[in-house]
Amino acid sequence: MAEWAHGRSRLPAYLALLRGQARSQASYRTSFVVDLVSNVGATVLDVLTVLVLFRVTRELGGFDRTEAMVMVGLSSAAFATADLAVGNVDGLRQYVRTGLFDAVLVRPLGALPQLLLMDLPLRKTSRAVFGIGVLVVALATAELSWTPARVALAVLTPLAGVVFFGAIFVATASLSFWWIDSGEVGAAFTYGGRDFTTYPMTVYSGWFRAVFAYGMGFGFVAYYPALALLGRADPLGLPQWVGWVAPAVALPVAAVAATVWRLGVRHYRSTGS
Amino acid sequence: MTALPPDAPVIEARDLRKEFVVRVRAGRFRRTKRVVGAVDGIDLTVRRGEMIGYIGPNGAGKSTTLKMMTGVLSPSSGEVRVCGLPPVAQRVRLALRIGVVFGQRSQLWWDLPLRDSFDLLRHVYRVPAAEHAARLRRCRAELDLDGFLDIPVRQLSLGQRMRGELTAALLHGPEVLFLDEPTIGLDLVSRQAVRAFLAELGATGDTTLVLTTHDLADIERLCRRLVVIDHGRVVHDGSIEALHARYGSRRRVVADLEEPLAEPPVLPGAPLLRVEADGRRLVFACESATASEVVAGLARLVALRDIAIEEPDIEDVVARLYRAPAPTPAPTPAPAGDVAQGCSITSTAKVPGASAS
Repeated sequence: MAEWAHGRSRLPAYLALLRGQARSQASYRTSFVVDLVSNVGATVLDVLTVLVLFRVTRELGGFDRTEAMVMVGLSSAAFATADLAVGNVDGLRQYVRTGLFDAVLVRPLGALPQLLLMDLPLRKTSRAVFGIGVLVVALATAELSWTPARVALAVLTPLAGVVFFGAIFVATASLSFWWIDSGEVGAAFTYGGRDFTTYPMTVYSGWFRAVFAYGMGFGFVAYYPALALLGRADPLGLPQWVGWVAPAVALPVAAVAATVWRLGVRHYRSTGS
Repeated sequence: MTALPPDAPVIEARDLRKEFVVRVRAGRFRRTKRVVGAVDGIDLTVRRGEMIGYIGPNGAGKSTTLKMMTGVLSPSSGEVRVCGLPPVAQRVRLALRIGVVFGQRSQLWWDLPLRDSFDLLRHVYRVPAAEHAARLRRCRAELDLDGFLDIPVRQLSLGQRMRGELTAALLHGPEVLFLDEPTIGLDLVSRQAVRAFLAELGATGDTTLVLTTHDLADIERLCRRLVVIDHGRVVHDGSIEALHARYGSRRRVVADLEEPLAEPPVLPGAPLLRVEADGRRLVFACESATASEVVAGLARLVALRDIAIEEPDIEDVVARLYRAPAPTPAPTPAPAGDVAQGCSITSTAKVPGASAS
């Protein structure tokens, strides 16, 4: 209870960090606008890739364009939002390498929230807005038969996806506590994971699908919720309720990420001076 | 809040150790692991209001100790408490009660004016507005900040930035201030400004100061107590005077003579160190004789043109200390009370001769 009250009183402090970041970015106004625009680019390309695929084929893994777009929308809304909020945890590598993480640890705030808020890439806001836009359009054009349950699912799934992708960002970034030159290993799971979830799981096969879709849980972020929203049976044979497990998958993944992070901070070695 | 009794140690370290595993290249692809003890069993007790100079050669473990005390690094073994708190486990709580200036790491917002950084820090440390304003007013006056409060930190000179860092570390009224090389790279004027400010701060007796530095003038100006570490161990803990006594550094009397002497005079208790300027200048070391006895004795024997008395040079002593081999047997730490008594800033008379070796 005391801890809770303690935590609550930190809110103005976190807001101050956010304000500092916003002011810092505003001090480079032109480049901020350029960034804002150019940042949409990457996400637009992801969507275009899928649309282009459907110019050469009517079906992708057994799904037509509007159905596939629901998966694209769920995936990019969740990923772009997680990337905005947590994606810059990538920068941890620099903090660890240069020892700047020391300065984070001597402040009376959680290390992770500080790291996220101090460099919050506001320019990525445009991506998140675009990702959510894609989801809204995809849901509108898919002509779903809406029920209250499906409305709830359509809201809950991207949120769970944000937590899921956010956790992957944190867990992979934490590797740099042990292994500073962890390089692009993290990207394989973050950006790689996003690409993976963009397509129906039916396009993958064998151990690859088993490991990524089920073992690591990427299948539950967009594919299965999309099936539940569309009211389609799973060609791979899992029951419809699996579409609802995204939150149940995201939370343990987040718990694992938090543990890895905490162990990493304990393992932090700083630099020689 | 854990309120400590007024005489309780502010910092207490018992057999504090930090080991790092380093991978050493042992061939083209092979690497072998080696465990390096950066801090190798440090005992330290610091009381409220003390000003401690923590010195040692590069790689001796100064920064590592400071990082363990501020909750940045977890100790490999041993125990450390600062303000009664274990630093790593209670990192956030401790952070509210200590201030940290790491010469190489900024606490300021790079792209924002100093003024904005100070304002943000008020929220980060949850300081009541009135207290914050009062402390800032004091720092502005004493550190002369007004000329550059509105300039983005990235455009400040190093000296200006360091004055900003000091202010940033003090705005929440810390009980302990840790300074890791606060004067490194500063010009003479800024260095003196920082020193004068710290001296003032220490004089009030409310803030405990722990300072690592390579600039021994910092220590002479600021610290009564000197802790020298080498190879991760405390090799000296006591006053500067005790250090001189222990390592036999002595005052010197430099005498300029009217006429060169063929036979240099012999003075009891003051061996002749050097003869310079073709016998016109003699340098004596005050061993058992006092400087005035040496001068009086000389005046009786020769015609003096000028006399200078040189204070022992701390750099010489410390350089000698650094060159000395690491103490082979485990150091015997002095009883905590003894050290604290002798080195407390309030007592000047008692000085433990050699508290650790």
